[in-house]
Amino acid sequence: MTKIRTRSNAPIFWGLFGAGGMLSALFVPMMIFITGIAVPLGFLLPAGTMSYPKMLAFAQNFIGKGFIFAIISLSLWFCVHRVYHSLHEFGIHAGMGAKLLCYGIAMIVTVICAVHLLGLGF
Amino acid sequence: MSENHKIIEIEVLRYNPESDEEPHLEVYKVPFSDDMSVLQGAQYIKDNFDGSLTFRWSCRMAICGSCGMMINGIPKLSCETFLRDYYPNRIRVEALAHFPIEKDLVVDLSGFIEKLESIQPYIIPKEPRTLAEGEYLQTPKQFNDYIQFTSCINCTLCYAACPQFGLNPDFIGPGAMALLHRYNMDSRDGASASRMELVASEEGVYNCSAVGYCSEVCPKHVDPASAVNINKANAAKDYFLRFLSPKGGSK
Amino acid sequence: MDGWWKKNPYFVEYMIHESTALFVAAYVLVLLVGVIRLGQGEAAWNAWLDALKSPVSVLCHLVLLAGAVYHTYSWFKILPITMPPVIVGGKKMAPEVLTGSALVAAAVAGLALLGVVWRIAL
Repeated sequence: MTKIRTRSNAPIFWGLFGAGGMLSALFVPMMIFITGIAVPLGFLLPAGTMSYPKMLAFAQNFIGKGFIFAIISLSLWFCVHRVYHSLHEFGIHAGMGAKLLCYGIAMIVTVICAVHLLGLGF
Repeated sequence: MSENHKIIEIEVLRYNPESDEEPHLEVYKVPFSDDMSVLQGAQYIKDNFDGSLTFRWSCRMAICGSCGMMINGIPKLSCETFLRDYYPNRIRVEALAHFPIEKDLVVDLSGFIEKLESIQPYIIPKEPRTLAEGEYLQTPKQFNDYIQFTSCINCTLCYAACPQFGLNPDFIGPGAMALLHRYNMDSRDGASASRMELVASEEGVYNCSAVGYCSEVCPKHVDPASAVNINKANAAKDYFLRFLSPKGGSK
Repeated sequence: MDGWWKKNPYFVEYMIHESTALFVAAYVLVLLVGVIRLGQGEAAWNAWLDALKSPVSVLCHLVLLAGAVYHTYSWFKILPITMPPVIVGGKKMAPEVLTGSALVAAAVAGLALLGVVWRIAL
């Protein structure tokens, strides 16, 4: 009896997960340090590092915009992929509903991020 | 045996399908010497306390893969696990996790055997080859590409270790993937595309979440985790590039 | 499979490192709020910056930093499994060497980011 096998669509989500996991592993710790600790407490970096004009220019720059978008969006795809699989590991087999919720959140954040970043102009 | 033998308590999960509702633990006080394995402990129990204790074993030297058991909750080959390392604490011996128990320490491995058969575990040449062409030649590098994965002794400790297999018994699992990878990586073989259908299926590699415990417990250092995870990239390539190849990749 | 992950320290560590994705996601959502505030003008942006200065925020970011650093460490610790073997001089690179090299690369990436931010700030 030949078993009929269906191809998994996992590569899409796995690819996004892998990219997000790698990017966040490389850059998020330093980003947390800069934006969440060093700049607010005013040490190490020059005053005005995150001033409005500087950050606006960074976010309007093609590369800066791309970097911010990649970090925010891909990190979310990384996280929701983990959450979805953790549900399964905790014994919560919520099926398609959980899949739509988890990946839906990442999609929503991606769209919101893109809209606002593009709204800042170039 | 000398009178000064130490005694270790071996707690065994017993199950007789003909008389028991469900498995239950029984404790045996086993005299042991420092060179005794858990397997020898089980043999002592069978010889001296309860002849009905049922378990698989053969070589006693960690090469046949028969004697896998959960020892204090960890999948191990009982012939290379020693009672002295657990004394004076009680040692708990159970059938390998994630498999149906047939009797006592014997599990039903038919699903695993089917998986091994399903991956086409033989060399499928790239093109037809005549005897006149002589034997295949392999460079040391070509040899190293697959040789590690030939060490698998089918002990299924990796399946007992894998929580994803425990949660989804249809998952092809680490051992079968190690064997699949062994053939794909062998320069004599040309059937990677044909094996891809299984790799990329719902029962395939994407069930794996890179826990890595399979490679931790493997007594032969096959590294099945690597075999599974390398093939995630291969399956992704197949997924995204399948429409570009003239043969259309695997369906 | 009830509570399977509690029964073995290896699995407990697995669950912990999986959870670091939540720390990463929490941080990038803070960043997303920042992006939105950036689009709302200088006053809104400065209010967001001020909020980051509060002790609660700095403390939270320290916690998120710990999670993100553990994500980086655990991500590269499993690199020997997730990557094809790296052959150097005919021999397979040992897992510890691969992980160590990757962590060095991650540190360099972080410092490079710090350098870029520094340059922007000056």
